Amino acid sequence: MTTVDRRLWLLLPAGLTLTVAFLLPVGWLLSRAFTFPQPGFQNFVLLWERPVYLRVMGNTLWISAIVTPITVLLAFPVAHLMAHGSPRLRRWLVFLVLVPFWTSLLVRSFATAILLQRHGVLNSFLIAFGFTEEPLPLLYNMAGLLAGCVQVLLPFVIFPLYSSMARIDPAYMRAASTLGATPVRAFLRVYLPLTLPGLMTGATLVFISTLGYYIIPALLGGARQQMIAQLIQDQIATFGNWGVAGALSLVLLAATAALLALLQFTVGLKEIAR
Amino acid sequence: MTNVLELSGVQKRYDAVVAVDALDLSLRSGEFLTLLGPSGSGKTTTLMMVAGLQQPDAGTITLNGASVAKLPPYRRDIGMVFQHYALFPHMTVRRNVAFPLEMRGVSKTEALRLVDEALQLVGLPDHGDRLPKQLSGGQQQRVALARAMVYRPALLLMDEPLGALDRKLREQLQLEIKRVHQERGISVLYVTHDQEEALTMSDRIAVFNQGRIEQIGSPEELYDRPATRFVAGFIGDTNFLSGKVLAVSDGRCEIETPAGRLQARATQGLLVGASASVAVRPERVVPAASAALRGTITDVIFLGTSRKYVVRLKDGTECVVLRPANEAALGARGSEVELGWAPAHATAFRDG
Repeated sequence: MTTVDRRLWLLLPAGLTLTVAFLLPVGWLLSRAFTFPQPGFQNFVLLWERPVYLRVMGNTLWISAIVTPITVLLAFPVAHLMAHGSPRLRRWLVFLVLVPFWTSLLVRSFATAILLQRHGVLNSFLIAFGFTEEPLPLLYNMAGLLAGCVQVLLPFVIFPLYSSMARIDPAYMRAASTLGATPVRAFLRVYLPLTLPGLMTGATLVFISTLGYYIIPALLGGARQQMIAQLIQDQIATFGNWGVAGALSLVLLAATAALLALLQFTVGLKEIAR
Repeated sequence: MTNVLELSGVQKRYDAVVAVDALDLSLRSGEFLTLLGPSGSGKTTTLMMVAGLQQPDAGTITLNGASVAKLPPYRRDIGMVFQHYALFPHMTVRRNVAFPLEMRGVSKTEALRLVDEALQLVGLPDHGDRLPKQLSGGQQQRVALARAMVYRPALLLMDEPLGALDRKLREQLQLEIKRVHQERGISVLYVTHDQEEALTMSDRIAVFNQGRIEQIGSPEELYDRPATRFVAGFIGDTNFLSGKVLAVSDGRCEIETPAGRLQARATQGLLVGASASVAVRPERVVPAASAALRGTITDVIFLGTSRKYVVRLKDGTECVVLRPANEAALGARGSEVELGWAPAHATAFRDG
């Protein structure tokens, strides 16, 4: 017979709060998908039949699919330096990555907007140095959205990658070299595979986070980059259509759950919690 | 006999510290050469420079007659075994051992055959599908050995390969590495700080101290005829008795010590009238009638195959004597003994 840890009641206060403030309202919203305006699956039929819904859901997946590899590619060298650089360099890198991480998402998105706008810092720089004559359109389009998402999500890849890389014994690369592996082959056959747990974790976090982004596409993206969270907001605030909003939320939740299940299947959540 | 490896005038410094200084060394084909020394004596740095994992500041290293100065590790014809095995944790044993073959473009079928042969050689024919973490430390090191020689490199480098293992396993693997070396006829450059290990395994030993080689020779030479006081002290147990040089001639010398007048082999730098130390192995000290040394037994320790006697000489210095246990006892604690040795069995060194 297994005995229940009696200390579990310590979970009660937080559990109650979460139930009242999160589970019940979210459950209520999701349940609207099947009950509003009348019981049935009409909201899901609507999602399938109206091209705008499918387009936005496709948009959302597409944007996540672009943001993820860009973020991973940018994070990889940073994590590598963090893991194998001097302790002093590591402290600085951790600090530099964490400072923006602690800054409000809204502030950072507005800051990105200031940087990228038509007469913003970046465009002034590009014109001053003759890279372009006319200001480039960097805001309210895909470029702005990607810049906003990637800069916010970098830490989510850097830290899991760092924790994988820090566990790679430098002797592995020396051994590979004495065994006849060129640096490129040693990287591809030994180093890269050993970073996969961190890489998969980071990539999944980025993909899932991007799926649900609202502020960044609203502030930095254009009309053509509308994402699922914006659609949910529109349905509720503009049309009062709680049914479609619930159905969209359920689709988002299902996609997230499926991705987490895939991560558990490939890497294992145990590995991530380590 | 040709030399597989030659180092000449090799130097390496880290900032102000000279790690390896004007080193000359050669390794004959098929030889098992050990670099022995305390930590920080430059032996591992030397090995790393041969591997190409570190660059010498001066001097030349030639492998199979060609300079390797400009060759990165992966272009040198070497295999290397590391102290902590460095097996790739995400690959099975078989894929680990096949790795160097794969890097050399050996065909799949040929690679399979060579891998099986190598695993057979190290006594792990049935462990090919396991992951390294499923093996014990000793098994992992055998796999590392198989991996480092499966492609028959000209030279096998081993960096304290048994340092992480317990004593029993270490002794067992010493014999196995020796057997593999003999069966394959492979040239080995081995690094250790364990003098017993060096004596057990090596054809020749180079004793390192402070970035220089103190002496290089067969285990017997180093043990019986140490060239410096450091070598006499580092390899095996030794009694040191200090005194003044009375006479030097013909490779022999006479030393006047407070405990008595002693005869020994002379080494370089002995000057009549200067102070010197006589080194003699405990098992070379024998009971003698016309004895130079008199003393009192203060302790008798039974070691199974032998007995160890601690003798206090008349000037108060202690001298350890080791006699086979099946020989008549030297005496009980408290008894007076007279000791001596053949002059060829003791060596005198200049002090300072």
